Amino acid sequence: MLAPHPETWLCTRPEGLFCKPGDFFVDPVRPVPRAIITHGHSDHARPDHGAVLATRETLAIMRARMGEDRAGRVQQEIAYGEALEINGVRVTLRPAGHVLGSAQVVMDWKGSRAVVSGDYKRRPDPTCAPFEPVPCDVFVTEATFALPVFRHPDPAEEIGKLLRSVALFPERTHVIGCYALGKAQRLISLLRESGWDRPVPLHGALMKLCRLYEELGVSLGPLEPATVANKALFVGNIVLAPPSAIQDRWARRLAEPVPCLASGWMRVRQRARQGGVELPLVISDHADWDELLDTCAEVQAPEIWITHGREEALIHALAQRGQRGRALHLVGLGDEEIEDEPGGGE
Amino acid sequence: MSVKLFAALLESLVYTPSRNGKLRLLRDWFATAPDPDRGVGLAALAGELALKTAKPALVRDLVAARTDPALLALSHDYVGDFAETVALIWPERPGANQPPPGLAEVVELLELTSKADLPDLIASWLDVLDSSARFALIKLVTGGLRVGASARLAKTALADWSGTPLDDIEEVWHGVAPPYLAIFRWLEGKGPRPDPNGAPVFRPLMLAHPLEEKDFAALHAPDWRAEWKWDGIRVQVTSGPGGARLWSRGGEDVSASFPDLAPSLTFHAVLDGELLVVREGEVAPFSDLQQRLNRKAPGAKLQQQHPAMIRLYDILMDGEEDLRGLPFDARRARLEAWFARERPALMDVSPLIPFASMAELAAIRDGTRAASIEGLMLKRADSAYVPGRTKGLWWKWKRDPLTIDAVLMYAQRGHGKRSSFYSDFTFGLWRGEELVPVGKAYSGYTDEELLWLDRWIRNNTTARFGPVREVEKELVLEVAFDAAQRSGRHKSGVALRFPRIARIRRDKPASEADRLETLMATIPDGGA
Ligand SMILES: [Zn+2]
Ligand SMILES: [Zn+2]
Repeated sequence: MLAPHPETWLCTRPEGLFCKPGDFFVDPVRPVPRAIITHGHSDHARPDHGAVLATRETLAIMRARMGEDRAGRVQQEIAYGEALEINGVRVTLRPAGHVLGSAQVVMDWKGSRAVVSGDYKRRPDPTCAPFEPVPCDVFVTEATFALPVFRHPDPAEEIGKLLRSVALFPERTHVIGCYALGKAQRLISLLRESGWDRPVPLHGALMKLCRLYEELGVSLGPLEPATVANKALFVGNIVLAPPSAIQDRWARRLAEPVPCLASGWMRVRQRARQGGVELPLVISDHADWDELLDTCAEVQAPEIWITHGREEALIHALAQRGQRGRALHLVGLGDEEIEDEPGGGE
Repeated sequence: MSVKLFAALLESLVYTPSRNGKLRLLRDWFATAPDPDRGVGLAALAGELALKTAKPALVRDLVAARTDPALLALSHDYVGDFAETVALIWPERPGANQPPPGLAEVVELLELTSKADLPDLIASWLDVLDSSARFALIKLVTGGLRVGASARLAKTALADWSGTPLDDIEEVWHGVAPPYLAIFRWLEGKGPRPDPNGAPVFRPLMLAHPLEEKDFAALHAPDWRAEWKWDGIRVQVTSGPGGARLWSRGGEDVSASFPDLAPSLTFHAVLDGELLVVREGEVAPFSDLQQRLNRKAPGAKLQQQHPAMIRLYDILMDGEEDLRGLPFDARRARLEAWFARERPALMDVSPLIPFASMAELAAIRDGTRAASIEGLMLKRADSAYVPGRTKGLWWKWKRDPLTIDAVLMYAQRGHGKRSSFYSDFTFGLWRGEELVPVGKAYSGYTDEELLWLDRWIRNNTTARFGPVREVEKELVLEVAFDAAQRSGRHKSGVALRFPRIARIRRDKPASEADRLETLMATIPDGGA
C-alpha cells in the first residue's frame, strides 16, 4: 500500500497545525486538549493547554514564564530521540538548535513522515544542542529570514565589533537589546568565548531565564542585576536588557549608554536606524537564507510547508531546486528577534 | 584590509549621533589607518576626493548577472536602497581568497582602468569584500557616498588627534592635495610645516560672542564701532595670482555655487564679508540665499532670479601685506581705501552705524525690523583680527526674538544622550478650528523642563507612529524665533528661523494659543 501523503493526516486549523490521527496540535496559538511544544518562545508556547508534551528544558522554561499552573495541566517530558506512540502516530523530538530545549517534532504515520521544525538555526551555539536534519516527506519550516539579503555573519566577528567599540569608549556602557529567552544567554556565552570575564549586569527581565539556564546546566559566568545600586559596575561594561528598555527611562542609570541591538534584522540599515541603534549586531537564532535552502535540501523532502515569515522568495527558490513550497499562513507566529515578549520573563 | 576598515568607520559615523563620539572614531582612524589610505579616507570625508566614477547601471548589470531576477526584485523591495541590496545579496565566493584592495589602490585603479575593464575590476573587488565594505565601495564608485561627518569635523578630529590648533591646519590645508602625506608628516613631527605656496588658502575667521545684559552694561560707547548684522552667509574671499576662492565660515570652498561672482575676483586680497541675495538694492530673505547654496552648479535662471553679492566688512590681506595685526579702525580705513581703488563688481562695503551713546545704539537696534537684518555687530575699535571666538572683541547683538504661544502636537525622541527623552517637539497654531504644525524645536528648555515635558508626553500620548508620539492638544509652549518666512514646503505655509522653547505655559489653555494669522503678520509685507 502506498504511504498516505502528509496532507491527508496533517492540516491547519484556527488553533494551529493539527495531526488528525494523533489528535494533537503542534505549537497551537490557543488552548487545546493536547499540544506538542517545539520551544519556549511565547509565540510557540502558549498557556492553558490540557496535556503538553515537550523536552524537559522547554517545560521548565514554560513553568518559569507562565507559572506552574498555566504550563499545561498534564506535563509530559520526552528526551531528544526518545519515541512515543500517540494513537498510532510515532512521535520523536530532535534538536532544532534554536534555544535551550528547542526541538523539531518528527511524526511517522503509516510509512509517511512529516517534520515540524519550529524555529531553528544551523550555527554552533553552546547554549543548546545542534540541529539534526531528519529526512522526511514533508518538512515544515519557518521563513523569518527568507530573502537572499539575509546572510548572517560569523557571530564572533560581531562580538569583535562590540569589543572594539567598548575599547574605544571605555567610559560608556554598551547596552544590548536582546530577547530574554535564548538570545541573552547566547550573547553571554559568545562574550565568554571571546574572553570577556567581567560580571555581566542584566535587566531584571532577563535574570530569571539566565538563572534557569544555569540550573539546566548552561554556565554563563558571573551575572549581576543592573540595579541603580550597582551603578559602578556599568562604566565600560556590557549590559543586557530587553529591546524596549535600551532607550527608555530604565537606561538612564547607565553611563552614557551606547544602544546596541542583537538581531538578524540588523543586517538592513533602515531597520537598524529606525530604532536609534548606535551599534547593530547581526546575531540571530534563526536560519539565514543559505541555511534555509541547505536545510530543505538536506532533509530531501519533495514538499516544504512554510509556517511563517517571507514565504514568497523561499517558494520561488525551492521551485528552482525541484522542491514544492507551500505557505501555511499560520497566524500568531511572530518574530521574537525584535518584539518583546508580553510579560515575558519578569 | 583598508577598504574594510574605512567601511567600518563610515558605518560607525552614520550610526553614532554624538559629535564627541564621531570625533573619537575619527581620531582612532587617524591613529591606526596606514598611509596613504588614511589620507584618501580623510579626502573622502572632507568631500575632496576627485574620483572617476562609474554609472549605477554598471553595478546593476553586474548583480543582474549573478542573481535571480525575482529574488533580486523581492530583495530590493524589502531593503529599499539599491546599492545596499547589491551589497547584501552579492553572492559570496569562498574560493576568492585574494586580499581585499586598499582604499588608495581602489582610487588609483579606478583612474587607470579603461571603461571596458571597469566591470571586471569592480566585480573582483566585490567578490573579496564583506557586505559593509561592498556597500561603501558601491557608493564610492558610483559617487553616492554619504558621510556622517562634515569636513570641519574631520579636521577638528585631526587637530585633536595631533594636538595642533585647528587654525594652523586650516592655513596649510588647501595647499596640500590628497592623500595629504605632507600634512600627516608635519602633524606627526616627522616633517616641516607644508608651505601653502601661493595657493588660495582659507584663513580662520574672527567670530563674535552674543551680547548679554551684563556685558552691555560694561560697554563704553567711544571704544566701539557698530555695523548691521546681515542675515546672510559669512564668507571669506581669497583672490590672488594662485587663484580665487569663496570659503564658508567653516573653511569649505563654496566657489562653485557662485559662478556669477567669479568675474569680480580679479584683485589680490583676502576679505571678510556677508554673502547676500540682493534684488534692486533690497536684501532678499535668507531662504532665497539657501536656494543658491543648495546648488553646486546653479543654472543661469537661478543666478538671474537670485542674484548674489558680497557685502564686505573687513580686510585681512592687501596683496601680500597681512593686515590682521592692525586695529579695527586701521583695517576699516584700509578696506575703504582698497574698495575705492578696486571698485569690484557685485560687492559693496557694509556701512558703519554712527552713534553717540550706548542708549542711542539700543534704540537703533530696537527699531530694526527688516527681515535682512538680524541685529547689530559691535566691534572693538582697537582690536586686531583674531581668529576664533575671543571674548570681548566682537559682539553680536541680535534684536529680541519674536515669540508665539503654540500648542504641542507631536514629540519625538532625541539622539545620543537624549535618546531616552522625548526632546524634539512639533508645535502648531490655530487656523480656524484646526491646529496646523508650524515648526519643530529641540532646544531652549532646561534639564528640569525636559524631564517635566518627557513625563507629560508619556502621560498624554494619544497615538504612536514609530519613534513619534502624538499628544493631547493641551500644552501651550512659548516659542521664541528669529523670523518667520513664507514656505511652500510646510502645510501651514510658513517656516520659522531658529525656533526654541522659551517657556512652558502651564497656565494657558490651548484654546488661547496664538492663531496662524498672528504669525503671518510678523512676515514683512504681511505674508499675504
Ligand atoms: Zn523561537
Ligand atoms: Zn517563532
